[in-house]
Amino acid sequence: MSDQEDDIILAELDDEELVQQMFDDLYDGLREEIEEAVNILLSREWAPYRVLTEALVGGMTIVGQDFRDGILFVPEVLLAANAMKGGMAILKPLLAETGAPRVGGMVIGTVKGDIHDIGKNLVGMMMEGAGFEVEDIGINNSVEAYLAAMEEHKPEILGMSALLTTTMPYMKVVIDTMVEQGIRDEYIVLVGGAPLNEEFGKAIGADAYCRDAAVAVETAKEHVARKHNQATA
Amino acid sequence: MTSPLQTLLAERDWLLADGATGTNLFNMGLGPGDPPEFWNVDEPAKITALYKSAVDAGSDIFLTNSFGGNAARLKLHNAAKRAGELSRVSAEIGREVADRADHKVIVAGSVGPTGEIMVPMGQLTHAIAVEMFHEQAEGLKAGGADVLWVETISAPEEYAAAAEAFALADMPWCGTMSFDTAGRTMMGYTSADLAALVEKLPNPPLAYGANCGVGSSDLLRTVQGFTATGSERPIIAKGNAGIPKYVEGHIHYDGTPELMADYALLARDSGARIIGGCCGTMPEHLRCMREALETKPKGSQPTLEEISAKLGGFSSATDGTGDNEAGPTRRNRRRKT
Repeated sequence: MSDQEDDIILAELDDEELVQQMFDDLYDGLREEIEEAVNILLSREWAPYRVLTEALVGGMTIVGQDFRDGILFVPEVLLAANAMKGGMAILKPLLAETGAPRVGGMVIGTVKGDIHDIGKNLVGMMMEGAGFEVEDIGINNSVEAYLAAMEEHKPEILGMSALLTTTMPYMKVVIDTMVEQGIRDEYIVLVGGAPLNEEFGKAIGADAYCRDAAVAVETAKEHVARKHNQATA
Repeated sequence: MTSPLQTLLAERDWLLADGATGTNLFNMGLGPGDPPEFWNVDEPAKITALYKSAVDAGSDIFLTNSFGGNAARLKLHNAAKRAGELSRVSAEIGREVADRADHKVIVAGSVGPTGEIMVPMGQLTHAIAVEMFHEQAEGLKAGGADVLWVETISAPEEYAAAAEAFALADMPWCGTMSFDTAGRTMMGYTSADLAALVEKLPNPPLAYGANCGVGSSDLLRTVQGFTATGSERPIIAKGNAGIPKYVEGHIHYDGTPELMADYALLARDSGARIIGGCCGTMPEHLRCMREALETKPKGSQPTLEEISAKLGGFSSATDGTGDNEAGPTRRNRRRKT
């Protein structure tokens, strides 16, 4: 046991230290440690929603910031998201049971012809890490597939992703159809993908272009808050 | 045996590659989301016209219409089984165009990424990646490609898998990565990392470099990152013609032919030997690039300030290489108490 002094006994940390440790462990993508820590907090009578927001969302926010700032890249974020998912799997059934407040929902998928789903997956994971309910409808989605998923899941947000010059115009096909059917304003439409830019997002009628997964989360939160304010105004 | 590209590289200081495939095919009526590779069989006249437009504009090298021609991507269109066939036909059409050209032209068999993440982060194993790239490589070879050309790669594992497949097909090759995230690839790979990787491969590429990404300024910083390592292997620069805009139902890249001519000169001055465009680069851009390269003498390596003054600013302050790396650093690892 030569490395004994390096070992951390999670159960021996107080709440504040444990949450700090979870931030580090999420950052390092340590799934088992996150699962253990979530269970410890629950056993200390933390509400599932508090574990989600203070520990997991808090930790993933740091990961998102460093991804946005070009310190972490896709491999590290995938590891962090995997650790986060371990914790989420424990919390999800408990959140439903305890009637925790909803942050919001999102339907997300890559557009027709585009199989490149790495960015889309990252956005989905980071949105879950921020407490959103994410319905991932995968790759190669037709207008009909997007509309059916929105009808079924009634999300606040529609997220579309495209990586190729040959597939990005399809986003406009989807938005135009939403306008025709009179449902465009019921949804916040966020678009993303390597070749896109803000001007492109505006030109096709999206609510916002999101440069990366961290920006997608920030943008989603802003727009959902604005929508709620409008609804209560 | 010396490959035609090697011979050409020995004869000339610089070579002009081609421009965009997707953007050009769009202008010929390709629908959003439709697989460009189907046109090799369904619309061969348009593919001939695409290749010919690059050759007529002065390209010494053009890439075949097979970027998405691997099983992983064609699966989406229920055509995974056609990977070999569509790749072969893309090269056959290319061979015909090149053989009829009035100057020596290299047919480069384009191989794009699988779109999947490799193990351990993702599901794609090395063996399957090699198998998919090999299938495409054999098709391109059978169709008469002079060289294989893997592009827009972000993961070193995928780059190495392609190299291994090309060895199985016994073909010379070139390979570029896309540095689109704070000067690195999406996976965090730097220009210096790639320069080191290519020398470690058992069958190193004839040339390596960067394509696509965010803008031509960033791409040239990447090229300078390669040369800063002391790399003597020929370097490829294939940058986008500006950024995409949506204009009247079409994607339009906003870089002018004059801008791309400046880019070509700066690319050569930065150390690139093979210079071309990527998304948005049309025949008129290539013509201006060719004219500039032929009429202007090679200059000294431009500073980053000179690049941004002519081509626009950089997308990030640093690119993860060199001594300008005073930027942000990774947080501490697991806390030790």
